[in-house]
Amino acid sequence: MDQLQRKLRDYEAAMFQQGFLDDQFSQLQKLQDDSSPDFVIEVMTMFFDDSEKLLNNISRALEQIPVNFKQIDAYVHQQKGSSASVGAARVKNICATFRSFCEAQNRDGCVSCLQQLQKEYSQLKKNLQYLFRLQQEFKAAAGSIPTGE
Amino acid sequence: MASPQNFASKLTALVVDDHKIYQKVHQKMLNNFGVKSHVVENGKEAVDIHWHGKKFDLILMDMDMPIMNGIEATKELRAMGVCSTIVGVTSRSTEEEILKFMEAGLDDYQEKPLTIPKLTSILHKIINSNPI
Repeated sequence: MDQLQRKLRDYEAAMFQQGFLDDQFSQLQKLQDDSSPDFVIEVMTMFFDDSEKLLNNISRALEQIPVNFKQIDAYVHQQKGSSASVGAARVKNICATFRSFCEAQNRDGCVSCLQQLQKEYSQLKKNLQYLFRLQQEFKAAAGSIPTGE
Repeated sequence: MASPQNFASKLTALVVDDHKIYQKVHQKMLNNFGVKSHVVENGKEAVDIHWHGKKFDLILMDMDMPIMNGIEATKELRAMGVCSTIVGVTSRSTEEEILKFMEAGLDDYQEKPLTIPKLTSILHKIINSNPI
């Protein structure tokens, strides 16, 4: 179990060190308690659902002729807000760049940002799903998820 | 990590935000402090709930919302005579936007996302200015 706990802590620490997550994710973890034992997973699931819809919307909007940059900017603004709310730092940072390309009405820049966004989001989701699996394994073995403190 | 022990349990709060994640996170933060909270999705619902006689010690007001935004809602609430502490919580950050929001009648402004320390500070100010 010590090995599992170490693995869990190291994996989580790496996600912060590599910039996937920021302090807002820690805030979510601090909110989780016995009355809401799955709070973080519930919030992240909402983020995944939200993000997938927004990324699809952005992709469709970029295929329109002419491109409605104002609409795309609105979607990206929502994605930025969602990312900030859960501590998805890398995704949030790409959104900032993306908005600049929307403002400049630069379609190629927007397409490139969308590709980066999709890549970062996919990686984040994969990493988080693995983290949650490790937490569930630890919980099954020890009875509760260790806090990050 | 132990959360503060319900020092604000006599307070009530209204979360005004169209974003489901922020609704959930802000409501959970408030609940962890013992604050009884209610959530509405836009400024019009915030105004309507007050017309129906509800009162809150704290209103967390987002700026960008459909139907009625936070600036309009804050102006209307103040015009109705609502004296609650209204804290604007938004991801907008230009000085001009913040000023416009403050001038609508906010008591305070916080950049999103709201954190536990920021909310602690807000709740302490309310309790200290209205000792029960």
